Amino acid sequence: MNEEQFKVIEDYLCVKMPKEVDHHNAGGLSEKVDEFIYGQKINNIVFDFSGTEFMDSSGIGILAGRYKKLQCFEGKVYVINANRQIKRILLLSGIQKYVVIMKDE
Amino acid sequence: MNYILKQKINNRMEMNFEAFSENEALARIAVASFVMSLNPTLEELADIKTAVSEAVTNAIIHGYEEGEGIIFLRCRLRGDLLEVEIEDKGKGIGDIEKAMEPLFTTKPDKDRSGMGFSFMEAFMDDLEVNSIPGMGTIVKMKKKLGTQSWLEL
Ligand SMILES: Nc1ncnc2c1ncn2[C@@H]1O[C@H](COP(=O)(O)OP(=O)(O)OP(=O)(O)O)[C@@H](O)[C@H]1O
Ligand SMILES: [Mg+2]
Repeated sequence: MNEEQFKVIEDYLCVKMPKEVDHHNAGGLSEKVDEFIYGQKINNIVFDFSGTEFMDSSGIGILAGRYKKLQCFEGKVYVINANRQIKRILLLSGIQKYVVIMKDE
Repeated sequence: MNYILKQKINNRMEMNFEAFSENEALARIAVASFVMSLNPTLEELADIKTAVSEAVTNAIIHGYEEGEGIIFLRCRLRGDLLEVEIEDKGKGIGDIEKAMEPLFTTKPDKDRSGMGFSFMEAFMDDLEVNSIPGMGTIVKMKKKLGTQSWLEL
C-alpha cells in the first residue's frame, strides 16, 4: 500500500491520502511529500482523497503548507475525489483560493 | 405509517485517556457512538467527529505540546441536546479571543492552519472556551440533534 501512496508522473506527484486525515494518521505525510518536492523536482501535487472518510484541520495544514512550498516553483496543488464532508471543510477553510478542488465527473 | 416517539433520554459518559495521537480517533468514535441512540444524520455525525477531533488534537499539540498528560472527555445528552467537554491540564491559553480567530495559530511551523476553533464553531451550535495559563483548558460544545421529534419508519 505504501508503494502506491506516492506516484510521480513528470513533474506531478500524486498522493493517495489515508482513510482518516488527522494529526495521528497524517503525521509524517508532509515531510515525505516535501522530500519529493526537493528531491525529485516536483512542481505540482495532486492529493487524491478517494479513500478518505474523515478529515479535520490537519488536512488543511498539509495542503496549505505544500502550497507555500510550491510557490517558488510556480506549481499548483490539486484536490481530487473529495467527498461531501471533506469538500465542506475545504470550502469553510477558504483554501479553494489557493488549491484547485476538482469537480467529480 | 408507523411513528415512534424519539426517546427523551438523559444520558452521560465520561472517559479519560493519555494525550497520545492514536486516541484522537478513539475520542471522536466514542462521542459518535454515544449519540447513536438519537439516529443522527451522517452529516451530524461527521460534524461531531470533526469538532471532537479538533479539541482533542489541540489538547495534545498545544495543551501538552506532544508530551505527557491526560485528556478528560465528558458527554451529556439531555433529550436531543449533546454537550461535550474536553479538558486538558496543560499549558493553557493566554488570550482566548485571539486564539479563536480564524487562521490564528502559534504553531505555523508544524503545519497547523489555525482553523480548529473555526471548525468547532461552524460544526457545533455552541462553543465555550475556558482556560487558565499554566492550569489548562476546557472546551465546551453543544449541538442539537435531529430537529424533528418524530421519526418516520
Ligand atoms: N488546549 C489548548 N491548550 C493550549 N493552547 C491551545 C489549546 N487549544 C488551542 N490553543 C491555542 O489556540 C490556537 C488556535 O487553535 P486552533 O485549533 O484554532 O488552530 P491550530 O490548532 O493552531 O491549527 P489547526 O487546528 O488548524 O491545525 C493554537 O495555535 C494554540 O495557540
Ligand atoms: Mg487546532
